[in-house]
Amino acid sequence: MPTAAEPLLQVRDLRTWFLTDSGPVRAVDGVSFDVHAGETLGVVGESGSGKSVCAKSIMRLLDEPARIVGGSILFKGRDLAHLDDEAIREVRGREIAMVFQDPMTSLNPVLRIARQLIEAMTAHGRFTVAAARSRAIDLLRRMGVASADRTVNSFPHQFSGGMRQRVMLAMGFSNEPSLLIADEPTTALDVTIQAQILDLLRGLNRDLGTAVILISHDLGVIANICQRVLVMYAGEVVEEGAPEELLTDPRHPYTWALLHAAPRIDAEAEDRRLITIEGQPPDPRAWPSGCRFRARCPFAIEKCAEHPELLPVAAGRAARCWVTQAGGALHSPERARAGGGAGVAAPVDSSAAVPMLEVPILEVSGLHKNFPVPKEAFFERQRVLRAVDGVDLQVFAGETVGLVGESGCGKSTLARLVTRLHEPTDGKIIFAGTDITHASQAAIRPLRRRMQMIFQDPYASLNPRMTIGEILAGPLILHGIAGDAAAAATRVDELLDLVGLPRQSVRRFPHEFSGGQRQRISIARALAVGPDFVVADEPISALDVNIQAQIINLMVDLQERMGLTYLFIAHDLAVVRHVCDRIAVLYLGKIMEVGPAASLFARPLHPYTRTLISAAPVPDPRVERTRRHVPMKGEPPSALNPPSGCRFRTRCPIAEEVCALQEPPLLEAAPGQRVACHFPGRLS
Amino acid sequence: MIRYVVSRLVVSVAMVLLATLVIFLIANTVPGDPVLTALGDMAASDPAQVAEFRARWGLDLPLWQQYWLFLQRLVHGDLGVSISSRRPVLQDIIDYAPATLELATVAFILSILVGLPLGVLAAVRRDTVIDHIARAVSLVGVSAPTFWLAFIALAIFYGQLNWAPGPGRLDAVSFPPDRITGLLLIDTALQGDWETFHDAAAHLVLPSFVLAAATLGLITRTTRAAMLEALSQDYVRVAKAKGLRGRRIVVGHALPNAMLPVVTLGGLAYANLLAGAVMTETVFSWPGLGRYTFRSAVTVDFPAIMAVTAIVAAIFVLVNFLVDMSYALLDPRVVKK
Repeated sequence: MPTAAEPLLQVRDLRTWFLTDSGPVRAVDGVSFDVHAGETLGVVGESGSGKSVCAKSIMRLLDEPARIVGGSILFKGRDLAHLDDEAIREVRGREIAMVFQDPMTSLNPVLRIARQLIEAMTAHGRFTVAAARSRAIDLLRRMGVASADRTVNSFPHQFSGGMRQRVMLAMGFSNEPSLLIADEPTTALDVTIQAQILDLLRGLNRDLGTAVILISHDLGVIANICQRVLVMYAGEVVEEGAPEELLTDPRHPYTWALLHAAPRIDAEAEDRRLITIEGQPPDPRAWPSGCRFRARCPFAIEKCAEHPELLPVAAGRAARCWVTQAGGALHSPERARAGGGAGVAAPVDSSAAVPMLEVPILEVSGLHKNFPVPKEAFFERQRVLRAVDGVDLQVFAGETVGLVGESGCGKSTLARLVTRLHEPTDGKIIFAGTDITHASQAAIRPLRRRMQMIFQDPYASLNPRMTIGEILAGPLILHGIAGDAAAAATRVDELLDLVGLPRQSVRRFPHEFSGGQRQRISIARALAVGPDFVVADEPISALDVNIQAQIINLMVDLQERMGLTYLFIAHDLAVVRHVCDRIAVLYLGKIMEVGPAASLFARPLHPYTRTLISAAPVPDPRVERTRRHVPMKGEPPSALNPPSGCRFRTRCPIAEEVCALQEPPLLEAAPGQRVACHFPGRLS
Repeated sequence: MIRYVVSRLVVSVAMVLLATLVIFLIANTVPGDPVLTALGDMAASDPAQVAEFRARWGLDLPLWQQYWLFLQRLVHGDLGVSISSRRPVLQDIIDYAPATLELATVAFILSILVGLPLGVLAAVRRDTVIDHIARAVSLVGVSAPTFWLAFIALAIFYGQLNWAPGPGRLDAVSFPPDRITGLLLIDTALQGDWETFHDAAAHLVLPSFVLAAATLGLITRTTRAAMLEALSQDYVRVAKAKGLRGRRIVVGHALPNAMLPVVTLGGLAYANLLAGAVMTETVFSWPGLGRYTFRSAVTVDFPAIMAVTAIVAAIFVLVNFLVDMSYALLDPRVVKK
């Protein structure tokens, strides 16, 4: 840690509370940290830990009823917490800039990009409109926006998410601020685009010397960029240190839990179950008097009833923990492995999980799905979007097949096709020996008992007006599984036991549950009718990492107990590697590569697979430094007008002439591994 | 853009045609015999007279032929002859329409000039005195019946305080200007007759406020709701983070986004003001289209009813077309490339 110079930003004992009618919600409750000039500081924590509120407090962008009730925010000799409105306005955007999570909503849809960039500069009187305009174009160019002098006059809707985040970065750096706060800047983006944006951010920090506070829930993102990391939990900083040390030898049990809950893309899983911590974060209206992590902590000792301070544990490191205060490290997860707690059952011999690769439960061949594109003029030729464009896939009983790819690659459409929520345009779907390609809904209904879906958003997929009992009993009655109300009630109780929810839940409504609990309800609903094939469309993407781990464990458990087959869709490659037996990589509606998870990750043969894997960050800076990164060029082309020949060639680092002329067929290149590339395995 | 304009235009024309058909059918299905009304009970009992009357007005032809005739004449600007006034309907409308147009336009401008800023202020200063005032104003405006407001306004500002002139478009002693547009404010201004201009303007104050009340209330509420929505968007937070001043954020970022629903409402409200001034015109002895329509309906004057309704329909379609056009200007996402 640089100590010579005065820190750029000194936050001391910051308290930001939401003054609600039912008492203060202590979102940020005594946070202190420094940021030095040119430094990159990462802030991690789960939702509700106070990390975003902290950032908004620095910018004084709090919405009612949030209020800074105590502490100071010293920035270049001034206390931002007590500046008047005009003085803080002059700081915003000029001295401290901020980039937000969702680039799709961060730009005003009715104003041109140029105007939005120019006004950021003219607002502080440093540029004339003309000077700001030419600077805006230069900045966009620096951010990697193609033909910036033309695109600067576009409206936001003409830009993709990644491009918009580049615009936001251009805006952030336009006044040469000394500090940039980036609040989850890549969370809404695909992993390939995330890698590009992070690369850009790193370069800007290096070249311009702007200090960066990077807020993220993703340890991998933080590990890649930051020189120092803060871990936040329940409104406090619980650990602070350099990522090399903090991420390999955590000194707070919460950091330890975060690290173990997320599967890693660079490690073979010994056990599909992840280590999770029990329970929920405490209620911010009434923090416990002792250590706030105590109730969930597997290492808790008696002294933890006292509230610990953030104290140094080693050179440049501090932790808020009695256990590690003495200098001890947190060891392997003993309590979690002992079973019983947190839905972790005793480890099962991994050979038992190997599926019987004999009977395909689902067989898809030449599957196409075209969506008509709304016509802009009456006499225009009808154009179609080929969302799924000739997919062959087999899923065998008892295995988990993963579908991965960037957004828009057709993975969700494929999931909806095989469950016949969509009608296929062409091709064949055989489920459990029955051709269901064009079967009527009535004909499929008996088969619906055997195939069910779990959706991404547990908030939107449960009817808010139905109780949990009604939600779970619905499919039982619909399929005539439960003869009467009593039988249905018994089955609902069983289902709740199965997914680890209390039986009293039946009379409660979805809004009374957290995201993770709702996803458990979704799983229970899917399992109500006793399916053997479950399609899970991004089932954990909306959840915090610890809850993700709990849901993964639950799904793995259920698979073993009930012999389920999963088609698992996710954009998180580490998760897919962790839970899947086989993986299919999709790009613009076609399978690029399919094969066993282990060999696909160990030796990806398609350049797309290779770049996807290399784009996913690993939460260990030492490993990250040794990994070879294959930069992915640009963004996916439009599925309306895919490139000729190989669809990936426009972004492929090894494309040759033949790739534009001939479409490579999906051929077996290694045992069980098929790849659609003219040069399989060339990019290593 | 041209493609968008043309496609909207085609839709608009189709809408007008459809409207005329519906009007024609409705007018022919409602009970009430124009023969009876026009000739009176005595003459209507004479079959020869009735037959002659029907033949003269084309009432003996099959329905679709009557409609076809109606359309053909419509295209030539021939709206038929009013059964009750025995004058070309077009002439009647030319006489009556300017009074309504003037009243409705002034009322509309009033409701925008007052309603829009009031709505914006109410949203920006949410839950303060100005918000409560705006709420009260719009509540009264929307819920008070027009005829009641009209009488109260007349009783207080004319009867008691004598601040405003009485009913009518001009004082009895004023000389109306030579007719150019029929709009008194414009005609007097063109002729430099400022005394009469002031008189006409003074006569407009009360009826236009009464007429504007409901629209003003709606525009205030809609603007407030749309502004609250826009102010809660991420791009407003980004604008704050850029260091823009409050006024710039409200006017430059939130307002353009909030305008979309207000424009929709404003367009419909203006068309409504034009078509729905019957009450106000009656109380204020305003010689406008509303009163003409009312009289035509009472006398079952088919040509007049159809003409007026067709014009109203055309106004609605025209206003909708203009709303669509302003959408394209306000929101770049409406017209793709």
